[in-house]
Amino acid sequence: MSKVCSLSEAIAKYVNDGDLIYAAGFTHLIPFAAGHEIIRQRRKDLILARATPDLIYDQMVAAGCAKKVIFSYMGNPGVGSLRIVRAEIEAGNLEWEEYSHFGMISRLQAGATGLPFMPMMPTAAGDLEKANPHYRQVIDPYSGEPVVVVPALKPDVAIVHVQRCDAEGNSQIWGIIGEQKEAAFAADKVIITTEEVVDENVIRSDPNRTLIPGFIVDAVCHVPYCAHPSYTQGYYDRDNAFYLQWDEISKSKESVKNYLAEWVYGVRDRQEYWEKLGQEVHARLKVTPRLSEVVNYGSY
Amino acid sequence: MVEYTSAELLTINAARLLRDGDVVFVGVGLPNLACNLARRTHAPHLVMIYEAGVIGAQPARLPLSIGDPTLVSGALSVCGMYDIFAFYLQRGNVDVGFLGGAQIDRFGNINATVIGEYDHPKVRLPGSGGSMEIAAWANRCYIITPHQKRRFPEKVDFRTSAGFLSHRKEREAARLRGTGPQAVVTDIGILQPDENGELILTALHPTKTVEDAKANTGWELRIASDLRYTEPPSEKELTILRDELDPQRIYLKGGE
Repeated sequence: MSKVCSLSEAIAKYVNDGDLIYAAGFTHLIPFAAGHEIIRQRRKDLILARATPDLIYDQMVAAGCAKKVIFSYMGNPGVGSLRIVRAEIEAGNLEWEEYSHFGMISRLQAGATGLPFMPMMPTAAGDLEKANPHYRQVIDPYSGEPVVVVPALKPDVAIVHVQRCDAEGNSQIWGIIGEQKEAAFAADKVIITTEEVVDENVIRSDPNRTLIPGFIVDAVCHVPYCAHPSYTQGYYDRDNAFYLQWDEISKSKESVKNYLAEWVYGVRDRQEYWEKLGQEVHARLKVTPRLSEVVNYGSY
Repeated sequence: MVEYTSAELLTINAARLLRDGDVVFVGVGLPNLACNLARRTHAPHLVMIYEAGVIGAQPARLPLSIGDPTLVSGALSVCGMYDIFAFYLQRGNVDVGFLGGAQIDRFGNINATVIGEYDHPKVRLPGSGGSMEIAAWANRCYIITPHQKRRFPEKVDFRTSAGFLSHRKEREAARLRGTGPQAVVTDIGILQPDENGELILTALHPTKTVEDAKANTGWELRIASDLRYTEPPSEKELTILRDELDPQRIYLKGGE
């Protein structure tokens, strides 16, 4: 059964005020277009979870969509601070819940595998475990030694961008695969955005590359260039210049407001956004192909 | 004498700490440059692992972020985030981790989380990322940081990652698999833990003095009895850094 619909339909149907959202992707494949659509549909009081909130949550917080963030590294990767999330936390306007990367991903791993919690070896650092009561210690029943545990994270909605999927949502990803699979399996509803919708036979030609099976997917949205200014391996490059530019834009509320007015509220959808970026940016982000060797699955 | 910046001095001295064959958990910025420099000089068999889940990266360009696509193309393996922290770091397959932070204290504990109170932060920093686990589980850790008094307090405001805690014995009692911070490379010299886990000055860079180091450290810095001077950056090291690794001077321009 085809689950193909527009991104605005998917957000309208599956993202509700107050939901816990996990827009996946460790630097790679971050579904910016979905974040922008949520802003355009003026969702409120969301709990935004990501290991690295990245610019997508900085923008959603700036637009007033969030009441809380859950994260493990709140920076603009390679650039510096995530100014808006940081300022809202410092001002006491935004709730937050914080982990290390391993704590965060262990929460998703528990959620994705149907476990109540996930154990980790102790790190002895201590202060984050004191600051966040979700960190607990239990005794390993086999050795009698303490282990650190974190509870399952079960988002209401996971949004995952992929290189290609079929109409049912059988999704293939390559490059950095971060926590996409875990987010999808942990979540109640799964929205897939994709660079390409392909025939099921394309998926079946390379089954090892399928990280997310269609039967856990709720919506398939064909959104080329969804990830910009993040990137899609093999399709377009990361727009590092924009990540640096955001560091300037996010220094003042006025310039953030202007950015959102022009690039989020001011465009209908991702296609219009991408066209508006212009040919110079398109050319700068173009990627030279580098193909893998073909693998032989055999005919049986 | 050859001219160089503080950032070049830090990077070159960090690179020299790496051994051929080391499996290194690489961070962006200066650690990335240090690892790539080591790979082009004395450690051609260095295996670079990035927390984004890339193993055996051979970046063709300087990555701005820890998840740059250049890390993937031509790498040995790519895995998910859970796998990189569990199979590689927690399991004990990482030799070296690089760390930095806003504050490093006398026993090598690091604060990358907050200045002031946690619940009412004066300055909210990015937080742990992978550093809590790297500090605990990498076999050896190296810290790269500018040497400033405010960065070297007696005690950190928040302990994001473990050095020797309050004493080497406390870290040993915690039975972490890694041996903790082995060196702190600064623009003045190198600090290393003594038998108690306290950071003491073991080396000075050329032209720097013991007084420079003491004046820029927030605790009463002790000096190793066998204090040495580091070798100045060589023409070869500087040429690789400037011409091959960071020609646009994105990271190396610091501290001119």
